[in-house]
Amino acid sequence: MSTSSPSASIERPVRLPTGATGPTRARRRPGRANRAPRAVALFGPLTLFVLFTLLPLYWMVVYAVTPENHQGFLPWPLTFAHFLAAWNNLGFAFLFRNSAIVGGSTLVVTVILALAAGYALARFTFWGKKLLILALLCTQFVPGVVLLIPLFQIFKGLSLIDNLLSLVISDTVFQMPLAAVLMAGFIRNIPVNLEEAAMVDGCSRFRAFLVIMLPLLRPAIVATGSFAFIGSWNNFLFALMFMNSQQNFTIPVGLANLIGEYNVDYGALAAGGTIAAMPLVIIFAFVQKYLVQGLTAGAVKG
Amino acid sequence: MAYPLTADATTAKRRKRLNSAPYLLLAPTILLLVAFVAYPIATVFYYSVQHYNVTEPWNNGFAGFSNFTQLILNDSKFWSSLGFTVKWVVGEVVLQLVLGLALALVVNEAFRGRGLARAIVFAPWAISGVLTTEIWLLIYNPVTGLGKLQRLLGLGNGNIAPLATANGAFLSALVAELWRGIPFFAILLLADLQSVPQELYEAARVDRANVFQRFRHVTLSHLKDAIVLSTLLRAVWEFNNVDLLYTLTGGGPAASTTTLPLYIAQEATISHNFGYGSALTVAAFVILLAFSAIYVRLTRFGQEA
Repeated sequence: MSTSSPSASIERPVRLPTGATGPTRARRRPGRANRAPRAVALFGPLTLFVLFTLLPLYWMVVYAVTPENHQGFLPWPLTFAHFLAAWNNLGFAFLFRNSAIVGGSTLVVTVILALAAGYALARFTFWGKKLLILALLCTQFVPGVVLLIPLFQIFKGLSLIDNLLSLVISDTVFQMPLAAVLMAGFIRNIPVNLEEAAMVDGCSRFRAFLVIMLPLLRPAIVATGSFAFIGSWNNFLFALMFMNSQQNFTIPVGLANLIGEYNVDYGALAAGGTIAAMPLVIIFAFVQKYLVQGLTAGAVKG
Repeated sequence: MAYPLTADATTAKRRKRLNSAPYLLLAPTILLLVAFVAYPIATVFYYSVQHYNVTEPWNNGFAGFSNFTQLILNDSKFWSSLGFTVKWVVGEVVLQLVLGLALALVVNEAFRGRGLARAIVFAPWAISGVLTTEIWLLIYNPVTGLGKLQRLLGLGNGNIAPLATANGAFLSALVAELWRGIPFFAILLLADLQSVPQELYEAARVDRANVFQRFRHVTLSHLKDAIVLSTLLRAVWEFNNVDLLYTLTGGGPAASTTTLPLYIAQEATISHNFGYGSALTVAAFVILLAFSAIYVRLTRFGQEA
């Protein structure tokens, strides 16, 4: 008997929830009796949130992979006919390619501009800096719809209507300010001594940036690049307004046209939606861990 | 080249020498902002005092303030869209905040599989308005969605068409946008929840505060700034939200779910009435500017760089 009671008192803290605040929790919830209500209070709402998130997606995927007039809840029997129809007959091959071109170009241009601007904001003091940061943040409040008509006029003047370049420009303009502010925050967190050590060793400032800073900024580049890509991939209104011919439409415009048709082919619509969601899901899996940090830095920190 | 001993002096010296560097680095950014944000905003004001309709070129010309008098005195759609905008923004922001805070509290707890749970419940953040419409249309459509569900379960004939009535369309759009909007608040508030010092909870417990008191006086008071900030930010974004309503309800039935920005988008893309659309845009812009002014004041933006 005397051996069991000390062992229990040693084991107890080990068994209790292993969070970052383990010991604190242990004091707060000393017994197992409290676990059941906690589980209900925690997993009840969690289950509801997960179901609310997943069921609509599940419903779409079921429609995308099952034959027409399918009855039931399970995605069975499987068919890829809808994907083939969407890809070949409904133009998703075009749409996907256009969205990828615009999204990819926006990503590259935005990241380069954000690196340059972010570096300037983080490493230099200069006249007009505060004003510029304020201007960058204020662009977050300029709705796309405000710029719809004047940007159309500008691109018409530049003969860029029905040209994907107009989308790259307008998407970059909308994605770049937040990316620059985010990047400035990331760069500010890297000690300036690292660069200066390299410069003392004879590196130019630019070389020091390439060799020392760029590798350290990889998470920042992944995060800002992904935000820019997602924003561009999802942009509907500009593409709707600036593109006239079918072969230049992007995925949101293609989806919207499909939705607007009277005789909707629901299977193909669902397949198209699944195709549109695919890159987002993959990118989101990558940037998910930067999301909390990234959005907060951009929205709160300034 | 001789380097002074202290790092501060080095940086100061280099800063002085490379004075033009920040401007060179920022030149493309500033150029883009001037050419594609500042200049377009200026031209909106110009077009707002013009008759300018692509489909009626013979009427084009200086309009004075007639677009604005038309808008304020004779355009019932402007006022009804403004009313719905308020209803839409308040409904969305309040519900997204409450549910987003609940979600943040849940996924802030330590449990097995938390990383996966976060990835799942945050995912709709990345989904576009049009894609959200597509997903929820499969649910709201009587053939494919709730109606089908009712038939499969043998509960009725499945004539559920929530988008057909004004209230149904509003609620349908509200739920679809919630699906996409809750993660935004959850992500932002989660970051702030993680920074609540555990000692505060300890102290509150020593003072015999119960769960609700701890939530109110520790959690909520710590989150206050983040809540003020995120609600204002979200209010502006929901005001600007066009994609979802444009594709899900098309502003209908009978213009009952038309927000002011949706009205502008329709004037631009469907009616091609750029002059009147610009006048509407100026109205929206003034309203947003008032919002932004409050926002800047409340959060003291740009104070620390």
